[in-house]
Amino acid sequence: MRPSKFSNFIFNRNVQGTFYQAITLSLVILGVYYIVQNTAENMMARGLASGFHFLGVESQFDIGMTLIEYSPTSTYFDAFIVGLLNTLLVAGIGIFFATIVGFAFGIMRLSSNWLIAKIAETYIEVIRNIPLLLQIFFWYFAVLRALPKPKQSIEFVDSVFLNNRGLFLPDPNFGEGSSVIFYLFWITIIISISIFIWSKRRQNRTGITFPAFYVSAALIVGVFFAALTATGFPVSFDIPELKGFNYKGGMRLIPELVALTFALSMYTAAFIAEVVRAGIMAVSKGQTEAARSVGLKEGLVLRLIIIPQALRVIVPPLTNQYLNLTKNSSLAAAIAYPDLVLVFAGTALMQTGQAIEIIGMVMGVYLFLSLFTSIIMNLFNRIMKVGER
Amino acid sequence: MNNIKNAILGLFCSVLMVPAAYAGTLDTVKDQGFFNCGVSQGVPGFSNPDENGNWSGIDVDVCRAVSAAIFGDADKVKYVPLTAKERFTALQAGEIDVLSRNTTWTLSRDAQIGLEFAGVNFYDGQGFMVRKDSGITSAMELDGASVCTNLGTTTELNMADFFRANSMAYEPVVFEKADEVVNAYDEGRCDTYTTDKSGLAAQRTKLADPDAHVVLPETISKEPLGPVVREGDGDWADVVRWSLNAMIEAEEFGLTNSNVKTTCAMTSNPVVARLCGKEGGTGAGLNLGDSWSYDIVSKVGNYGDVYEKHVGENTPVGLARAGSPNASYKNGGVLYAPPAR
Repeated sequence: MRPSKFSNFIFNRNVQGTFYQAITLSLVILGVYYIVQNTAENMMARGLASGFHFLGVESQFDIGMTLIEYSPTSTYFDAFIVGLLNTLLVAGIGIFFATIVGFAFGIMRLSSNWLIAKIAETYIEVIRNIPLLLQIFFWYFAVLRALPKPKQSIEFVDSVFLNNRGLFLPDPNFGEGSSVIFYLFWITIIISISIFIWSKRRQNRTGITFPAFYVSAALIVGVFFAALTATGFPVSFDIPELKGFNYKGGMRLIPELVALTFALSMYTAAFIAEVVRAGIMAVSKGQTEAARSVGLKEGLVLRLIIIPQALRVIVPPLTNQYLNLTKNSSLAAAIAYPDLVLVFAGTALMQTGQAIEIIGMVMGVYLFLSLFTSIIMNLFNRIMKVGER
Repeated sequence: MNNIKNAILGLFCSVLMVPAAYAGTLDTVKDQGFFNCGVSQGVPGFSNPDENGNWSGIDVDVCRAVSAAIFGDADKVKYVPLTAKERFTALQAGEIDVLSRNTTWTLSRDAQIGLEFAGVNFYDGQGFMVRKDSGITSAMELDGASVCTNLGTTTELNMADFFRANSMAYEPVVFEKADEVVNAYDEGRCDTYTTDKSGLAAQRTKLADPDAHVVLPETISKEPLGPVVREGDGDWADVVRWSLNAMIEAEEFGLTNSNVKTTCAMTSNPVVARLCGKEGGTGAGLNLGDSWSYDIVSKVGNYGDVYEKHVGENTPVGLARAGSPNASYKNGGVLYAPPAR
C-alpha cells in the first residue's frame, strides 16, 4: 500500500523538526510574556513605582572614591557612571597585572631550573585553590593590620606617604610650557616606531641588525629630560600633607582598591599561568629544536618562535580569564570598594527600591563589558592568526 | 554576588509565588502553623542568635508577641537572618511575613516600595563612635574623617546630610555587612563608626576592647525603628500593629510578665480586664482568640519587661531607658499606644 500524502507530510523530517521548534518557541514566548505580565501586575498591586525617572533625581549620598566630579546633589545616573568607572578601573588594572604575572609564572613553571619551576607550581596550586572572596578579605585585613595610622605614616623622601588610609603620592601640576614637552614626547614615540619599522625592513633585506630598542629608549628619555630642563621645569607637585585625620592633597590610592586589584590579579594570574603553560606545550618540540639548530639564543627562541605560535592557543582561554576577572570584580562590595555593584546595585537600589530596573542595568553593563572584551580579543586572535602555516 | 542572586531570585519569586499569599497572610500563617520573621544577622539586644541558634532581642520579641497572639505560643516563628540590602526584597517576595530588623520608618519606604510600617518599637537616632584616645568629644570635630558604615541604610543619607549641612569633608567607607564594618573600624581603617546609637551600643560589645571607644553625644537624625509588613494586606498588618500596641499598653496599666496571672484573676479595672481577654471580645476584630493580649504578656512580656531584658541598663548593651524617648509617655517618653478596645 502506498503511504498517503498526509502521512508523508506528517512523517517528513523537516516538517516534524519545524513543528517542534515552533512549539518550543511559542512556549518560550508565552513564558516570557507571563513573567513580564505578572511582574507588572504584582508591582502595581504592591504600589511599587517603576520606570527610569529615578535616574534624574538627586542621589543624596556620598561615594568614597570618584573618578569624576560627584556630590550628594548629583543624580543617580552620575552615581551609576561613578560605579561603572570604578569597576572599569579595577578591571583594567587587574587585567594588566594578571597578564604580566600570569605569563611570568607560566614560563617559570616550564623552566628547567627545579627551584624556579617548583616555586611557580606552588604559587599556582595554592592561589587557584582558595576561594577568591577569602583572598580578598585576607589581603584587605592583612594590609590594614600591617599599615600604621596616619600619624605614624611610612614616608619616602617626604612626599610619598603610606598608612592604613592608603598610599598618598605627589600630584603633578602641569604649568605653562609643559604642552611643549607633551608634543615632543609624542613626536619621539612616533620616531621610535619608525626606527623599529626601518630596522626590521633593513634586517629582512640585508640581515644587519640594529639596536632599535636601546636607541629609541635613549631618544625618548633623553629628549624628555632635555625638554624639561629647557622649559625651566614647568611641572610642580602637589605634595600630600597631614591635616587633621588624614593626608590632604596629592594623589591617593585607597587600601580597598589596592587589596582588590592585588587579590584579583594574583588569583587570575594563577589561571593565566596554566593557560600559558598549555599554550607553550602545544607548540611542537621540533620548533624549539629547529630554532636552536639555526643558532638562536634561548630568549630569542622563546620570543620569536614559541610565543607567537603559542599565542594562537593561548588567546581564546585568556579571554575567558579576562571576562572572569571583570565579573569577579563585583566582589568589591565585601570590602567597601565603591564599584558598580556596591554603589548602584547596593546603595542606589536601597534608596530607590527600583530593584528590577537597577539589577537590569547592572546586568546589562556586565554583559556589554564581557561582549566588548570578547570582540577585542577575537580581533587580536585574528591578527595573530595571519601568516600561520 | 550572593545578594544579587537573592535579589533576582526574590524578583522571580515575587513574580511567581506571591499571588497565593494574597489569599491573606493571617489565614496562610494559621494553616501552616508558623510564620517567617526577618531579623538581622546579629545585633546584640535587638536580634542576636546564641550558640544554640536561639534568637533573642527586642526585635525578636515583636515576632514572638505576634506568634503568642496567633498561636498562644511564642515560638511558632522561623527566623530568617537578612542583610540590610536584602530585607525589603525578602519581604516583598514573600520569603518573610514580618520584617523586624531595626528598620527605620521613612516616607519613601512607606510610600514607594510596597511596605507598610506597623508601628515603632524603638526610637533611635544616628550617632558616631570614636576611639577615646583620639580626643574627640563632639561630632563637629569630625571634619576630614574617614567614616565606616553599612550599606543599604538611612545612615548613608543622614551622614551625607550632616557633613553637608556643617560644610565638613569626609570619606565614606561603606561595607555590605555589619561584621566587616566593625572589623575595619577596629583595624583603624576609619576614624569613626556611624549608625543608629542603639546599633553602636550593640556593636561596641563586639570590639576587641569596648572600653577604648566612646559614643559622641550628638544625635544627627530621627530613626523610629519598627516592624514592617507587605503593603496590601491590612488584616495581617493589624495583627502585627496591635501585638506591639498590646505590649506597650500592658506596661501603661502595670500588667507585667510576672504579675499577669494574679492581676488578671482579681482585676476590677475594665481596661486591664480587656487586656486580660476577660471582657470586650477584642480578639474577634483581629480574627484572633480573645486571650491574644493575655498570651502576649504572659508568654513574652510587656514592653518594659522586654526592654530591660535585652537592652536595658543591666545588659551588655546598657541603654538607659529613663529620660530617653523610649520611656512610656507617663514617664516623659514618647511611647504611647492607642487603646486596645
